[in-house]
Amino acid sequence: MTSAQAAPTTHGPGLLERARGSRLLWPLVALVALVLANAVRNPGFVEVRLQDGHLYGSLVDILKNGAPTLLIALGMTLVIATRGIDLSVGAVAAISGAVACTTILGSADPTSPAAALKGIALALVLCLVLGLWNGFLVALLGIQPIIATLVLMTAGRGIAMLVTDGQIITVRNDFFAEIGAGFLLFPISILIALAALAAVALVTRRTALGLLIESVGINPEASRLAGLRSRTIIWTVYVFAALCAGVAGLMISSNVSAADANNAGLWIEMDAILAVVIGGSSLAGGKYSLSGTLVGALIIQTLTTTVYSMGIAPEVTLVFKAVVVIAVCLLQAPKVRERFTRRRRPPATAETTPPTRPRASDATFGTEPVAHDATAPKQKVAQS
Amino acid sequence: MTTTVPTRPDTLPEQSSRRRPVVPGRVLPVVSTFVLFVLLFGVGSVRYEGFTSGQVFANLFIDNAFLIVLAVGMTFVILTGGIDLSVGAVVALSTMVAAATLRAGLPAPVVILLVLAVGTGLGVVMGLVIHHFELQPFIVTLAGMFLARGLCFVIGVESISIKDPFFRALATGTIDLPGGVTITWSVVIALVIVAVAAWVLHRTRFGRTIYAIGGSESSATLMGLPVARVKVMAYAISGLCASIAGLLFSVYMLSGYGLHAVGMELDAIASVVIGGTLLSGGVGYVLGSLLGVLVLGVIQTLISFQGTLSSWWTKIAIGTLLLLFIVMQRLFTRRNA
Amino acid sequence: MTDTSSTTVAPAGRPGVSGDPVVAMQAITMEFPGVRALEDVDFRLFPGEVHALMGENGAGKSTLIKVLTGVYTATAGTTELRGERIAFSGPAEAQASGVSTVYQEVNLCPNLSVAENILLGREPRRLGSIDMGATRSRAAELLRRMGLDIDPGSILAEHPIAIQQLVAIARAVAVDAQVLILDEPTSSLDQDEVAELFRIMRHLRDEGVAILFVSHFLEQVYEIADRMTVLRNGRLVGEHLTRDLTRLQLVSAMIGRELGVLEEVERLAADAADAAEVTGGGDRAPLLEATGLGRRGSIAPFDLRIAAGEVVGLAGLLGSGRTELARLLFGADRADSGEVRVDGRVVSLRTPRSAIASGIAFCSEDRKGEGILADLSIRDNLVLAMQAARGWARPIPRRTKDELVEKWMTALDIRPKNPDALVGKLSGGNQQKVLLARWLVTRPRLLILDEPTRGIDIGAKAQIQKLVAELAAEGMAVVYISAELEEVARLAHRVVVLKDRAKVAELDGSASVDEIMALIATADGDVRTEQVAS
Repeated sequence: MTSAQAAPTTHGPGLLERARGSRLLWPLVALVALVLANAVRNPGFVEVRLQDGHLYGSLVDILKNGAPTLLIALGMTLVIATRGIDLSVGAVAAISGAVACTTILGSADPTSPAAALKGIALALVLCLVLGLWNGFLVALLGIQPIIATLVLMTAGRGIAMLVTDGQIITVRNDFFAEIGAGFLLFPISILIALAALAAVALVTRRTALGLLIESVGINPEASRLAGLRSRTIIWTVYVFAALCAGVAGLMISSNVSAADANNAGLWIEMDAILAVVIGGSSLAGGKYSLSGTLVGALIIQTLTTTVYSMGIAPEVTLVFKAVVVIAVCLLQAPKVRERFTRRRRPPATAETTPPTRPRASDATFGTEPVAHDATAPKQKVAQS
Repeated sequence: MTTTVPTRPDTLPEQSSRRRPVVPGRVLPVVSTFVLFVLLFGVGSVRYEGFTSGQVFANLFIDNAFLIVLAVGMTFVILTGGIDLSVGAVVALSTMVAAATLRAGLPAPVVILLVLAVGTGLGVVMGLVIHHFELQPFIVTLAGMFLARGLCFVIGVESISIKDPFFRALATGTIDLPGGVTITWSVVIALVIVAVAAWVLHRTRFGRTIYAIGGSESSATLMGLPVARVKVMAYAISGLCASIAGLLFSVYMLSGYGLHAVGMELDAIASVVIGGTLLSGGVGYVLGSLLGVLVLGVIQTLISFQGTLSSWWTKIAIGTLLLLFIVMQRLFTRRNA
Repeated sequence: MTDTSSTTVAPAGRPGVSGDPVVAMQAITMEFPGVRALEDVDFRLFPGEVHALMGENGAGKSTLIKVLTGVYTATAGTTELRGERIAFSGPAEAQASGVSTVYQEVNLCPNLSVAENILLGREPRRLGSIDMGATRSRAAELLRRMGLDIDPGSILAEHPIAIQQLVAIARAVAVDAQVLILDEPTSSLDQDEVAELFRIMRHLRDEGVAILFVSHFLEQVYEIADRMTVLRNGRLVGEHLTRDLTRLQLVSAMIGRELGVLEEVERLAADAADAAEVTGGGDRAPLLEATGLGRRGSIAPFDLRIAAGEVVGLAGLLGSGRTELARLLFGADRADSGEVRVDGRVVSLRTPRSAIASGIAFCSEDRKGEGILADLSIRDNLVLAMQAARGWARPIPRRTKDELVEKWMTALDIRPKNPDALVGKLSGGNQQKVLLARWLVTRPRLLILDEPTRGIDIGAKAQIQKLVAELAAEGMAVVYISAELEEVARLAHRVVVLKDRAKVAELDGSASVDEIMALIATADGDVRTEQVAS
């Protein structure tokens, strides 16, 4: 079939950048508005003071408490970019904390840095294995990601309880406590999370990994035909997500110097998914935004802190989160967008796939003669 | 097309009625779940004294009546190819609404209707959003889960005990069965719901449309079936079942609490999957889901009889079974594809 | 050739058909944003006839059917059913009015029983409960009436596709359909199954049902159809009695000759093609040699030799197996028989990756679904294959990337000349060029192009053909697939003719379009003799 030729698209980089910027614009506005609202209610909210080489203040707390969510959201971003989802990260975080704490407690000198390092190493190796497991189910067996990771989500808490024998394991290890509660001017946890973010940004943007991940997410079949190793890529992101969850689990248990298999990282997978979605990455896969995820994670943590500081039960945050999820998803939904853009512009002139059920009223815009091959403006042929 | 023209006289009527396989392939998962249940129960009988009693069997139903109802609702949704993550939270919300309104002095029948309306309403809204905005069921029901949990805490952060005489009577009232076995009214309610659901799924056009949507949504649309209405109804039924389960749970616990039933949606999904329902939709039986719940229940009973095994083995066992059945499903569907 | 097929509507009626049409569509125009899929098309369907709707891919057949069944609402024009103006809201309403459709893919529920599939949504009920016994016996009666011996209680998925297709037809007629639309029902059926289908179609026709039949298989159309309507590029070419139209006339009416394209391209490609003529040839050692390569249900085993610098054209109608052949060569589908040698060594083409490693590249005909990555920029799309081959850890240096992008965007005249533009926003022609460039940067030795000129404007068409000729002249082997036989005849040094999912002949480059058409149009057995080129 002959199609009408698109008028030469004249998007300059300026327009493109603006469009790209706008994806982050609204989350940023929301974040700033949240902080401002808090500041108006309680001017002390934005106060940051320096004491004994530590920064103190609500904003610092937000960074510190938001670090695990940010880290897990980071892994989740890449998983979602490949059209996947990982529901098991909360359970993995619990397992990681449990393994680290029991190892530390079981070593010869539970207060030594060596014991802490051993615990950390063991925890992360186990998370690696769990990630390999998830990846195996998704990439190799081809099980839907939601279902595949549901297995570990269910069994994972049990495994964590098994490790801790159902107890809350308390450790006194200064080295270990640094991960979640320590300060190097800033909370160490947020420094770790930001370092991970920077590393991922660097690796995905400096190497071709980011491009390949996005390709797999945008169109798996086209990617396969272009020669991509889709399976390996998918497998890798699940391993990475599990590792992120592992480190986050270490932070959570380190912050309270204890491993609580039941409650550590409870619902954090939902927070992470929420952070990714708020940050503008689509659940349908493809293009992702790491900075968006950062902003998303901060919004969630600020929201939690806000609700808390307002004297409302912290659990009520869930209501706000629900509203935000639905709002963001609706804004992203192709159906809603379609209606939105249709009202604002006449139909695009570019070659587009016909909508499944166009109405006559939509199609009456095009009154120009059909752009048949023979009548199309002749283009100059380049001499190559 | 006015007359019936026998174009091929050689095709005799007798020929078209023909043999069917003894155990049809799609019943196999249910059968294997049943065998698994019998095996587990057998293991318990051999190893532990007092396991083989009618009451132990009856307790499986008593302790899991709410889960049975929940699994029934989940079966509807999964049969359409969807999923409902909100049910655990809706159970909690139902206990909370019930407890709070009872405390406020509303009569029990009004409270029950209110709870059912809240759960069903939430289901309808989620169904509408899923169908009309073409959003993934998973994310929409996740939001529903957040919302329901959050609303619990809006009502109250603390646990509220239920002192209503009707609820108390339901909780303590028992029915004696022959053989000295007693069951609660919750069991009766749950079993009635299973029966009604089985009838709806197999003997009504609505039920068959649920299966059709799960088999192929686009085909169902092209076949002229009311896909939109049925899909929304499936989520409404799941919400209704969740609120009924919530009422049964309030009777079971005699309290309302925002942290009730955490993770129960996973148990419900696991029961449905273990009961042989395909997660991709279209294949499965309510009876299978019932068996799935019983398998989970018997595992729990085994672990408590064992005494030395801790309760978290339940989760690991459920996870392992879930995995087993998912991989089985995968191989099953791959072969058919 | 085109003069034999009149563009006016021929007098209707096969012997025995009389009276008013059951369906009369007039001056139907269907526009999508930027695309006019149908323009001023008339169509009539009479009771008791099998009417074939003919045309190549994109001619507008599916659109016309969808307008009739209410999936689309026509931009202009009227549809009458039994003399009454109608505009269905969708397939459900169409069905209720006696217009049933059976699609190429079986649109039934594989998880339900045969009986349910036939009666779903109108099962007999008793006291609000579906009467399973009555459902089964009513379905059994219907199947018997169609002469089908199937257990109505069996699950649909247990039956072969052919039976499922017949069940779909049973469902369609169960509503007392007066109009039965069969949209390529035979594409996955074997000969016996087709015969069974035709038996049922004739039976229904004799009962007075009007059947609209779409098929790409000419033989089938000539066997079953009483009349045919030919569409091309969204326009009506003509309405004919089947017996009045020879196969050759039909093929030429379907394919047509776009004079504008011809003039433009002839001039541009002539010299390049001439140059290629000198270098190309099959006498050299083959670059790629396939023996007995095949895949069940997709394409019968075939042999093929391609030498460096040679353009091999694949000619055949849609569904003839031309795409399937190409996909096997690229490892996009796995062959279940035969072997492939590259440079004389046996290679395993199990995945696209392994084919790429052997220097093979493939541009799919499904540009959107299997080609471009719409949400990525031109730059990213362009380097994707090269990057995939290098692995993620070895990114193409920014400088090299920019140079490559600049070079190929200029060479292929990709517009807009902004490497950051999203490929999804480009025109079809430019998307195609980006795809070509994606492979050219990997310097393949064999380039497989499936319909590279479909749906793109004349300028781009000419450019791409010229490019192919030049690439061959530089020593690249090319497999060129196109529905436009002029292109194939002009560019190819050898033409492989496919028909009904098998290779039926091989002609040398001097073969004319008419010769190729004759081969495509003739009945099977006649041309199994291979006319192998030098």
